[in-house]
Amino acid sequence: MATLISIVLAAVLTNNFITAKTYGICPFLGVSKKTSSAAGMGIAVTLVMLIATLVTYPIYTYVMVPLGIEFLEIIFFIFIIASLVQMLEVIIKKISPSLYNAMGVYLPLITTNCAVLGVTELVIGDMSAILGEGVSMNLGWAALYALFAGLGFTLVMIIMSGMRERLNYYKLPKAVAGFPIAMVTACFICMAFMVFSYISL
Amino acid sequence: MNKYKKITLDGLIFQNPTFILVLGTCPTLGLISSAFSAMGMGLTVLVVLLLSNVIISALRKVIPNEVRIPCYIVVIATLVTFARMFLEKFVPDLYDSLGGFLALIVVNCIILGRAEAFANKHTVAEAAVDGIANGLGFTVSLTLMGIICEFFGKGSLFGLQIMDFKIGMLATPAGAFLVYGLCIAVFVYIVDGIERARRVKANKLARENMLKEAA
Repeated sequence: MATLISIVLAAVLTNNFITAKTYGICPFLGVSKKTSSAAGMGIAVTLVMLIATLVTYPIYTYVMVPLGIEFLEIIFFIFIIASLVQMLEVIIKKISPSLYNAMGVYLPLITTNCAVLGVTELVIGDMSAILGEGVSMNLGWAALYALFAGLGFTLVMIIMSGMRERLNYYKLPKAVAGFPIAMVTACFICMAFMVFSYISL
Repeated sequence: MNKYKKITLDGLIFQNPTFILVLGTCPTLGLISSAFSAMGMGLTVLVVLLLSNVIISALRKVIPNEVRIPCYIVVIATLVTFARMFLEKFVPDLYDSLGGFLALIVVNCIILGRAEAFANKHTVAEAAVDGIANGLGFTVSLTLMGIICEFFGKGSLFGLQIMDFKIGMLATPAGAFLVYGLCIAVFVYIVDGIERARRVKANKLARENMLKEAA
């Protein structure tokens, strides 16, 4: 139970992918102009992160480690993620065209999103600080971490898009409009999230 | 020669990957809290980008157009795996400070972007110049921001303690966002000024030529 709470809190608040780790910044800056598209992107990323972890973690622990080919992890993981995204696109198109219309456009972009490769690399690395003492990593914890890290990502995306929608009301100088003002906005969100670093797990 | 000068200037200033195109933002924001790791990241990307540009440009007639993206990813992922082994063995300090971002070079948009936009259409020599120019543009930008963040955030430069005064916020992701945003604003302002001056000069020349012809 303690591990569960600590994973959820760490993934969503204290070690949030955007505000603490700065993973997945490209969609964060690129697709956060409207709340609806930000939410769609966030959910698509969460889904891919969860499925990618569910596939790569067993392959790494049960195939690559016994065979002694851990050094090939980058090549294997990026291929698994790329083919998963492709497969997911076909499946969603077949099962639910309305869902495909809502998030289909974001799926191809996700292959080169650092958040997905980042989470698959994180869960095979050293996570003892988050899991607590005497608890070893397994597929369940890995999937839980990936799911809640994705939800934390979605949360920050939605907050950011709300703030950027507000920014449309102001007329800005040419040099500041666009990316610079978005980064300053992101700075304030990060500062707000810094408060959570006082939570000790 | 003029062609190479244009490629170099584009990579370094007018199409600077960090400040103008805003690519490869994740390692930038994650590592500029220390000038050493920012520069190390920049140089690693420079080497990977140079090699991937050269290899992809050399293979551009062999790679089928339909499966080009997976082919580029294989090349880049292999290079990153080599870079990671090399750093782990020979520069362990840098390997530790780069952490997870070393593996994430694979999904760095600059490398795939240059392969797709430049290397698959140009000769090996041009692709090599483009790789060095873009890599240097990335390295210089990262080092510059790393120096700003580390100097004000930790009071040190490349790990060397200089002063006691420090604003701790600048060494966190929040400060990285702030410094990056302000640096983009300043850079865009300067580049806009240069381009406007160039345009005014070109217009003036054109007008003088027209007057000469009329006379």
